[in-house]
Formats: sequence, C-alpha cells, structure tokens
Amino acid sequence: MKQFIQNLAEKNGYQASHLLQILKAIQFRYHYVPEGAIEQLAGLLHIPRTRIISVVEFYSFFHSYPKGQYELLISDSITDHMLDKINLTAYLARQLKVAVGGVREDGLVSLDNTSCTGMCDQGPAGMVNGHALTKLDHARIDAIADLINQQKPLAEWPAELFQVEDNIRKPGLLLTQQIGHGAALRAAFKRGLPETLTEIEQSGLRGRGGAGFKTAMKWRFCSEEAQSERYVVCNADEGEPGTFKDRVLLNSYAHQVFEGMTLCAAIIGAKQGFLYLRGEYLHLLDKLQGILDERRKAGLLGSNILREGLDFDIEIRMGAGAYICGEESALIESLEGKPGIPRNRPPYPVTQGYLGKPTVVNNVETFLAAAGIALNGGGWFANVGTDKSKGTKILSISGDCPCPGIYEYPFGTSIQSVLTDCGANDVLGIQIGGPSGAFISNQEFDRKLAFEDLATGGSFIIFNNSRNILDIVHNFTHFFAHESCGFCTPCRVGTSLLKKQLDKIHEGHGSAGDVAALEELCRLVKKQSHCGLGQTAANPILTTLERYPELYQSRLKKISYEPGFDLDGALEIARRMANRTDAAAHLAQVGEDHE
Amino acid sequence: MSKTITIDSKAIPFEEGQTIMEAAAAAGIYIPHLCHHPDYTPHGSCKLCNVKVNGRVCSACTFPAMEGQEILNETKELNDDRRKITQMLFVEGNHLCPGCEKSGNCKLQAVGYYLNMLDNHFVHFFARRNLDASHPEVLIDLNRCIFCTLCVRASQQKDGKDVFAISGRGINKQLIFNAESGLLKDTDLEATDEAAHICPTGAILIKRTGYHVPIGERIYDHKQIDQVSLETEHPEHGK
Ligand SMILES: Cc1cc2nc3c(=O)[nH]c(=O)nc-3n(C[C@H](O)[C@H](O)[C@H](O)COP(=O)(O)O)c2cc1C
Ligand code: SF4
Repeated sequence: MKQFIQNLAEKNGYQASHLLQILKAIQFRYHYVPEGAIEQLAGLLHIPRTRIISVVEFYSFFHSYPKGQYELLISDSITDHMLDKINLTAYLARQLKVAVGGVREDGLVSLDNTSCTGMCDQGPAGMVNGHALTKLDHARIDAIADLINQQKPLAEWPAELFQVEDNIRKPGLLLTQQIGHGAALRAAFKRGLPETLTEIEQSGLRGRGGAGFKTAMKWRFCSEEAQSERYVVCNADEGEPGTFKDRVLLNSYAHQVFEGMTLCAAIIGAKQGFLYLRGEYLHLLDKLQGILDERRKAGLLGSNILREGLDFDIEIRMGAGAYICGEESALIESLEGKPGIPRNRPPYPVTQGYLGKPTVVNNVETFLAAAGIALNGGGWFANVGTDKSKGTKILSISGDCPCPGIYEYPFGTSIQSVLTDCGANDVLGIQIGGPSGAFISNQEFDRKLAFEDLATGGSFIIFNNSRNILDIVHNFTHFFAHESCGFCTPCRVGTSLLKKQLDKIHEGHGSAGDVAALEELCRLVKKQSHCGLGQTAANPILTTLERYPELYQSRLKKISYEPGFDLDGALEIARRMANRTDAAAHLAQVGEDHE
Repeated sequence: MSKTITIDSKAIPFEEGQTIMEAAAAAGIYIPHLCHHPDYTPHGSCKLCNVKVNGRVCSACTFPAMEGQEILNETKELNDDRRKITQMLFVEGNHLCPGCEKSGNCKLQAVGYYLNMLDNHFVHFFARRNLDASHPEVLIDLNRCIFCTLCVRASQQKDGKDVFAISGRGINKQLIFNAESGLLKDTDLEATDEAAHICPTGAILIKRTGYHVPIGERIYDHKQIDQVSLETEHPEHGK
C-alpha cells in the first residue's frame, strides 16, 4: 500500500486540493480508506490527519471501514421507487446473500442505497464500484449476481449493463444544431470580447442551475475584480433528484460546453477552469478527457488559443457523493479538497472563490447556451421565451410517462403541452425543480415554465393517480436529511426532525397537533437555514400541505396526543426475555377516542 | 460623519469592515450567539444570531454592517425562532443539566434561560455519543457538543496547534481529535490551552475543578447572559 499511496500523491503533485481524487483512487483499490493510508497521506500532503478523516466521513463514496470488492449501490430516487426498486433490491440481496447496508461475510460484495444517480429515465439504476448500471430488472440482477459470484472483473462484464442512453426526445433552439468546434470562440474574437459580453447581456441569459442569476452580470462582476488570477468552474454536480440533462449535455454536447467555459475565460481573464463532475458520472470521465485532449490538439485549449493570446485549460475534478456540493460555495470547498460546507456570504465566489480568487461558477447548460449566443448573437436567444425568462429550458422528464428523457422548450411553455408531448395521462401531479422545487397538482397544468412562474433546474417528475403523495414526500424529506451538510443548526437538526415528524404522521402515529407542529417546523427550517439546501428542504411538505391538507389530516388518530413510537412494540424485547406472549404482557397504545 | 445602521429603530454607528455583531456589541446591544466569540474568526453556524436585515435573514456574526441597513433583533418572531433553535441543540445531544458540572456556567443553558425556554419542545434524539476521559487533565463528553467549532478555532488560532476538527456529515457530525489513536491523551492538548477552556457547554471540562465554584454561585445563577456577554466580551459595556 505504501508504494501505491506514494505514487498516487506524487501523481497528484502532493496537492491537498487533490485530496478527493486521491481518496477516490484509494477507495477504488482497497474499497475503503485504511487508517494507514490516512497517516501516510497526512505526511505527504502536509495536512492534519483530521482534515483527511473529515473528508472521508463527509462524502458518501468514501468509507473508513471495508466495503465489498464489488460495491453495489442502488439509486434511491423516487423514480427508482416507482419502478419497483424496493423489491428488486430485496431480490438482489437474496441472490447475493448480502444485507442491504451490509457487506457479505466473505467481503466480496456490499450493497446499499444511494441518492439519485441521475438515470431517472432509465431506472431502476445503480452503480458498481462507481460505474453506472441502468434498467435493472430480474434478468440483469441475475446476470450481475453471477458475474460477482464468479468474481469477473468489471472490464469483462457485458457492456449493455452499463449502457447509458441520451433519450433526447425533443430538441429545441440549443439541441437541434451542434456548433462547429471553435466556431463560438472565433465569432467572439471576431466581434470583440466586450461586444460578446454585451450580446450575452442582451440575450437575457440567466443561470440554468436553479437560482437564475444573470450570467453576463456574473461574468462582468468577476472580470472587474482587481485580482489577476481568476477561475472558471462548470457545475456538473447535477444532484437534484430527477435531473439528468447535464449528463446528456456532457455526453453529446461537451465541445460546446467546454467552448462556453473557454469563452467565459476569455471574457473574465481566467487561465484555469474546472469541470466539477459528480461522482455518479464516472462513466463520462474518459470520454470527456478525450475531448479535452482533442481540443488541446486543435488549439482550442492550452496556450495561445486560436492564436489570440488566450491561455486557458480545463481540469476535471470528480465529486464523491454529496448533493450539497452542487451549491456553488460548497463546490468550491470540495474543489479545494475539503468537505463540501457552504461558505458564509459575502464574499461571493465572484470576488473570493477557488483559493480565494474571483471565480465564476455556472451550470453546464448555462455554458452551452453562452457558446450558442456567442455564435448566433443575443437576439437569437432573446427572441425565444418570455419577457423575464429568455431562451429555452432543457428538461429532464421522468416518472409516469411513456417517453421519459430530454425535452427542450421555450420558456413560457405550459405544463399541459409538456405533458401532451411526453404522452403522460391520468396525471396526479408533477414535482417541478426536484425535491427542492414544488409539487403542483393537476389543477395547475396551465401554469408555465418560467422563472416568474415555475422555475426549474430541469427536474420534471410526473406522478399518475396511482401514486401516494405522502410516499413521495417521505422520499424527498429523507433525501434532505441524508444530504444536509450539518453545518448549521436549523438544517442539521431540523431536517432530521422533519423526517421524524413526517414519519410519525406517515406511519399513522400522528395526533391532533402534529400537522401544525410539522408546518411550524417547516417554516423555521426554511427561514433560518444557512444555504439553499436547508431553505428548500421543507418544500416537499409545504407545497403538498398547501394543496392536500386533508391528506395529512386523514392520517392522524383521533386523540389529542399520541407518542411518536409504538409503545407495545417497545416491550417486545422484554416479552422475549420473560418468555411471555399472553395478553397481560401487551400494552394497548393510548386508546382511540371513538366518536 | 460616521456611518450608521439601525437596530430595532436605534441608530448605531459602525466602522467599515465591522460585522453587524461587532457594531451591535460595541454599542451595547446583545445579539444571542453560541458559536461566535469576538476573539475568533466568525463561523456563522449556530444561527442564534440571525437577524433581519432589510427584511432578509442574515447571521449577524458574519454579515458586514453596511450603510442604510435596518435591522431587527429583539422581536418576538426572531426570539421564538431562536428559542426553537436552542431547543434543537438540546434534543440533538444529551444535555442533562442537573448532572452536568458546567451547569450555571454553561452558555447553552444560559441562552435557554434568556430565551425563556421552558421545555425541549422537540423529540429527543438520544444520540449515542462518546466520552473521552483518557487525558490526565481534560475530559471530553461529546454528549454536550454543539459543533460551534470554538475549540477547533481556539486550538488553531490561539494555541498554534490543531487538536480538534469536526468530521462527518449532517446529523452524524462529531468532534474528532488529532491523534493516530483518536484519543485525546495522544494529542498535544494541554489543560492550559485556550481550546480546553473555550467550550460554551460542558463538552470540554478540566478535570477535578468541576465544583470549585458551588452551584448557586456560578456566572448565570445571578446574571443573564446578555449582561455577561457584554461585560466579558466587550468590557466597555459592562456597566
Ligand atoms: C443544495 C444546492 C444544490 C445545487 N446543485 C446544483 C447543481 O447540481 N448544479 C448546478 O448547476 N447548480 C446547483 N445549485 C446552484 C448553484 O449554487 C449555483 O447557483 C449555480 O451553479 C450557478 O450557476 P448558474 O448561474 O449557471 O445557474 C445548487 C444549489 C444548492 C443550494
Ligand atoms: S442549510 Fe443545511 S446544507 Fe446548508 S449549510 Fe446549513 S446544514 Fe449545511
């Protein structure tokens, strides 16, 4: 191990900022991060061991105790649940004789759940040693179980298990035509960089990652900072359950995304860019590295780009299983090789970002659009959409519809027309913008996709009338509790309390005041939390409580107080010890006040 | 003319670079806080110092004071939320005040008094937390840790060491010690370190000193935390 880690550290230039990349390699090789590795790394990288431990314990894909040689993870997105993930996982567990959450005795395989892996249009999905698995069914599970029991190396597994489809169903302004390599950059240099920034300004482009900040303004702020060193970061963390459009953009439009980043670098004066790619998209890594190489060879990256005197290169850094790292300041912390904890703001990343230097962080789709605008001009984009929301939005549609996949629409499109296009009928409601967005009911399908009405980073999950809303809310609420970084009290404790309080009601242990208590807690978490995660974690409850109050009330028992646990169940151990099963050894839960 | 902000309609002068917390304290206004200490880089995590700045919730300990800010601090709405945040800290850990050596000197308890916290409101987590009694002079009871990071910061910024860190994610966070064994005795912590004394709760205690001052004669037995805070953290307002 010593030599392996020594080489690894050397390969990473002994840079502490590369800690995640180093730990990834260690986890991949040993299926955990051994204590000895931590000690050795602390010495090699000149950082305290506690820093390494805190990173290992923060990210879901690092472990301080051994996982199986085959680490299996099953995606826990609501869409996976709708595709019978629970039964399939149980089947997989039986076939492999491993408990969910456990490691098989011989250490060969471990199995667990993981937050949405971004394959909602081709689930149930999973991962094996970081590689995406799609369309899991009984036949595939049998095949996987056999391969593991035969200890076949992943390289010898049939490729179709790892097949990831684009499923582009409805291309629009951005997706219909691929721009020529370098075309946007050439157009920008020809027009002039300040003029190109003006075009972007006139295009009205707003960030596609969710918050909708004006892109040109962000670039201008950054370019006006006094510092000489600046950075461009492309946010490909895509952790919002139900979102997978950035995966498709990086699979099939990566040139244009990199071109957008290079354009940004030219405008703000950056020499270094990063693509922060979520760990779940490991399958894209080699391809993307290849495209970067291609661009270097074509003079579109590296020094003196297009002989315009621009020096800029892009490095890919991988995440390791943490939704919070999509939040831009947490992402920057993660890029620096630390736990993804959102920073205090101000200062904002445009003034103090990566390594304290001015940094632009934009979503994948934002860079894609910016490149299109540089080539075609601001008007091309601004002519589409609404007054406040220019251009198009790329949606990731999943859930109950016959054609899940990627759809691009002009802003202002009604929800009904989206539903018609994807063939959804018998719809109960839609989760727009993922768990952090809003649940809308089938009374609201005339509403529009737009920042001023229904804003979305792209997640669009359809539920038909057979679905149970509280099950959906349960899934989302547990997701936030699992992903809270734990920095601030209202979210760290609040998301766990939300989970407990919702479960109490969901499981039928709620009583009169419990819905009011839930709502009060929601408001507190929303209002007082440090970052967008906590501020939106209560949205699944709030947006459904607003629309379906009777649903929550109907779960309550008709008594004034009900303990949050099963009183009789709690006596089970005592009964077993006393070897009693008679009636007197059971306790009636607080009696219902019958009407 | 000096620049001003208003806090609860009162005009307060401030200097460029000051946070709202600093400007308030300098003017003798207490804003509840636990993770903040004027000697260390602000952290902004406990969220007790959340105030409303022109209608927006901001943490007073990290947010810069700026001309024209109208700030709300002592409102029923904010104090109700602060009480609930304090209650969250109580249910998350295991705070059995009557049996705690720090009782009466504990800032968490004192903030609870100040905010008129009469019960825990939320369900208890009954988290399983460890106790490290390995060090000859210092005891750490993680049941009472509220993740304020003051010991982390004190060790780094005052003691020139790096004894503590917060590890883990979300509700599974925990304070860890910088030793290969993970035990406090194998760190370079000394009882005289600032980090051993900065804990606002009873998580870090100096052994064999717990009852030198009897219960009933302790800091918050007679004074409210607002007064103590201004007196000790900003002595010029100790009147
Ligand atoms: C919890 C959380 C998760 C986020 N995840 C993402 C993400 O996966 N991708 C993304 O582009 N933006 C994400 N964001 C928004 C980013 O903080 C940031 O606003 C965005 O990357 C800016 O790029 P844009 O202006 O191009 O949208 C997230 C925000 C929060 C609070
Ligand atoms: S709101 Fe949640 S995720 Fe954001 S900083 Fe606070 S604990 Fe972390």
